Amino acid sequence: PAAGFNFDNAARNAAFDGLFEGGQTPKPLKTGTTIAGVVFKDGVVLGADTRATSSEVVADKMCAKIHYISPNIYCCGAGTAADTEKTTDLLSSNLTVFSLNSGRNPRVVMAVNILQDMLYRYHGQIGANLILGGVDCTGNHLYTVGPYGSVNKVPYLAMGSGDLAALGILEDRFKHDLELEKAKELVRDAIHAGIMSDLGSGNNIDICVITKQGVDYIRPFQESEYKETRKPKYKYRPGTTPVLTKKVVPLKLEVVEETQQSMDTA
Amino acid sequence: MYSVPVAGLCPQGSYGIQDSLRSGFTSVKNELLPSHPLELSEKNFVLNQDKMNFSTLRNIQGLHAPLKLQMEYRAARQIQRLPFLQSSNLALDTLRGSDDTIGFEDILGDPAQSEMMGEPHMMVEYKLGLL
Repeated sequence: PAAGFNFDNAARNAAFDGLFEGGQTPKPLKTGTTIAGVVFKDGVVLGADTRATSSEVVADKMCAKIHYISPNIYCCGAGTAADTEKTTDLLSSNLTVFSLNSGRNPRVVMAVNILQDMLYRYHGQIGANLILGGVDCTGNHLYTVGPYGSVNKVPYLAMGSGDLAALGILEDRFKHDLELEKAKELVRDAIHAGIMSDLGSGNNIDICVITKQGVDYIRPFQESEYKETRKPKYKYRPGTTPVLTKKVVPLKLEVVEETQQSMDTA
Repeated sequence: MYSVPVAGLCPQGSYGIQDSLRSGFTSVKNELLPSHPLELSEKNFVLNQDKMNFSTLRNIQGLHAPLKLQMEYRAARQIQRLPFLQSSNLALDTLRGSDDTIGFEDILGDPAQSEMMGEPHMMVEYKLGLL
């Protein structure tokens, strides 16, 4: 059996498509996202919302869409959640091996090239729209990689289903060499516009600031106003429930057999 | 260099017979054409990549360079374990330069963890010509 992807079930799945009236095949978990990135004076700011949808249902309210690639490169992923997750993991592993081999921090162009080759090989079947941002010895870079392997190098960027709304904000207020606070605010507003105008984006906003000094991954940067108050654990103090009556019944136990096994403490 | 095989996706059941329960009824179309757009391309990916690299090398450095390398590949390909065991192909990987990269073929469908294994005795006897 060959390693890698297994296409044994492809014929069966294709036959399934026509069989069920109403299309009951399970849909993959998409992130239906708003992600944005901005290059500012000292580095790159990446932002993302945190909602993962599976058709019309919100599957994950605190999904982490900003993935770690290397200490100086982070990547936001839109598209099919599993695809972005695995692709960025593979990319991160490859770059780690490279930096162990050569003793240097990887450059953003390397990450982009590896991604491009990998995604082109699968001809768009891997649904991953990625925004790569990082700081390396050549400067601050922001790239986008599409599922077919198309690459674009830009100073500001938005991807995902909410990208049009976010791009409107970015186009209006982006300037080169912004300050850190202004850049964070710009990305926050862009993602917020995406959340407000797009059904596939929502919940909290994550921000990741990458500079030459280090990375600041703020999760969540801004929590949504519609937070629920459900707790994961329900633990009450003893005495919360009033005791009405108490009845004690002692159980009579008969000793049937008693054996003694001494422990060997040597 | 041997040519890239295109046709002949054999039926996936055991013993080479169509497994009706899992793959449905046989049809000529099923066996000749791949059911997934990537199936053919993935089956021959390493082969195609090698071909491309060798032909570039031949154009740049002359005929002898790819010839010598192919000889080394052939030698490395012969380093295997017993017939029913998976080999790591370390020498081949090192020659190709893929020993320090991780791809989907290292994570998914690891042959070391496949549920089916050949009959050890049969396979060794076949290899030794005793069968």
